[in-house]
Amino acid sequence: MQALTNRAKPVDRSPLSFTDKLYVPAIAKGMWITLKHLFKRKATVAFPEQRRQFSPVFRGLHVLNRDEEGRERCTACGLCAVACPAEAITMEAAERKPGEEHLYREEKYAARYEINMLRCIFCGFCEEACPKDAIYMSETFAPSNYQRKGFIYGKPDLLIPDPKQQSK
Amino acid sequence: MTLLSIDWFFILEKILLISAVLVLSLVVAMYSTWGERKVAAWIQDRLGPNRAGPMGLLQPLADGGKLFFKEEIIPTNSNRFLFILGPSIAMLVACMTSAVIPWGDTLTIAGRTVSLQVADVNIGILFIFGVLSVGVYGIMIGGWASNNKYSLLASVRAASQIISYELPMGLALIALLMLTGTLSLKEIVEQQRHDLWNVVYQPLGFFIFLVTAFAETNRAPFDLPEAENELNGGYHLEYSSMKLGFYLFAEYINMFVSSALMATMYFGGYAFPGMDSLGVSPNLLTMLGFLALFVKILVFIFFFMWVRWTIPRFRYDQLMRLGWRVMIPLALANMLITGAIVLARQH
Repeated sequence: MQALTNRAKPVDRSPLSFTDKLYVPAIAKGMWITLKHLFKRKATVAFPEQRRQFSPVFRGLHVLNRDEEGRERCTACGLCAVACPAEAITMEAAERKPGEEHLYREEKYAARYEINMLRCIFCGFCEEACPKDAIYMSETFAPSNYQRKGFIYGKPDLLIPDPKQQSK
Repeated sequence: MTLLSIDWFFILEKILLISAVLVLSLVVAMYSTWGERKVAAWIQDRLGPNRAGPMGLLQPLADGGKLFFKEEIIPTNSNRFLFILGPSIAMLVACMTSAVIPWGDTLTIAGRTVSLQVADVNIGILFIFGVLSVGVYGIMIGGWASNNKYSLLASVRAASQIISYELPMGLALIALLMLTGTLSLKEIVEQQRHDLWNVVYQPLGFFIFLVTAFAETNRAPFDLPEAENELNGGYHLEYSSMKLGFYLFAEYINMFVSSALMATMYFGGYAFPGMDSLGVSPNLLTMLGFLALFVKILVFIFFFMWVRWTIPRFRYDQLMRLGWRVMIPLALANMLITGAIVLARQH
């Protein structure tokens, strides 16, 4: 049979020599290895106090974006929900009434926008599908809750704070 | 009337000493559990317990509290009396051995000379062997009373393992006794104080003693009585709450006591090099000696843990072959060579 890689090593099946049978040299070797590990840098991160560095393309929990005037960018086109392979996104569209121009950017907006974080696989397809730059994935992660319904994030959980209100 | 005169100070002194030794071994055993988890973690590149208190130092208290508050279950088909007797014997025997270990030289308090040894019996080593052999009854009785096949198998394993390894241990000690000519641990230490440590004269004997000590305390790589993957936890399978805690605790006390024994018999006990040329007051010297012994014990305890997290468990037939076909012949050869040399030097 042809070898798949050149890394295969033949197994040494020669009988144990006298030093092998003594076990003590092998044990000493093993003890030396564990002793070295005693002083190595630890792989553990003490989580709530320390956090790991994320890569720039990390995909965490979603946020719904606003434009520079603080209006919701989402127009409830439903492309994110269509793109979602896990079918985690539900939305209901509504028409913008006169006098709501400072709230919503387009004539149509999402009255209800829900992401089930237990279904979400954090693939980022929604982010790619969005034509209005309305949905982004943040660097926040590890949502926790005592109940399943707590993992269905609605608009209040997803919308980023209004930049105009924050600056005041 | 003279027959009834009781030296009350002597009794008080001994009671205080016994309490101190007991508290010491319990605290060391308690913190051995913490140390074990820390050493295991460090060897595996982890951090170990660090949530309860600074560096996780309150972890043993949390573990102990948890064990006390756990529900206590005594199986219906178990023998109730023996079921409770098992962990009691294990704990009692583990605490008893520390009585003959000299924890230090003498202290002079208000004109009284107080020996830091609970009982300087002239058969110290024999006493330890006697008590150690009773230790297996704790495991045997517990495993038998549980009325569970896994527990029974584990206790059968424990019994045959301890009997098999007691022989080479005894033979290794006989060589030491030929050398020192005494069974009293105090005298063995005093001889090492003015001479080289016994490990120099008895390297092979020490090695055999070390390996058999691992087997006697049921520590890895000889922890077959509690082989989880084969026996579901071993002889303490049916135990819960503090009775389980006693079994686990007894193991750590045993580890402490056998470390103390090795330090005493082969590594000079409370004696340390340059002890008599230090020129400090005898009381201070005794305390320093105790510290030296304590450091030696901690090094041995660390060694026990280090080995546990390095070497995989033996198979049962390998264990028996090692005991009977390697350890006993080696110990016999060591005994013969020592005997020949001792005889040659006398002439």
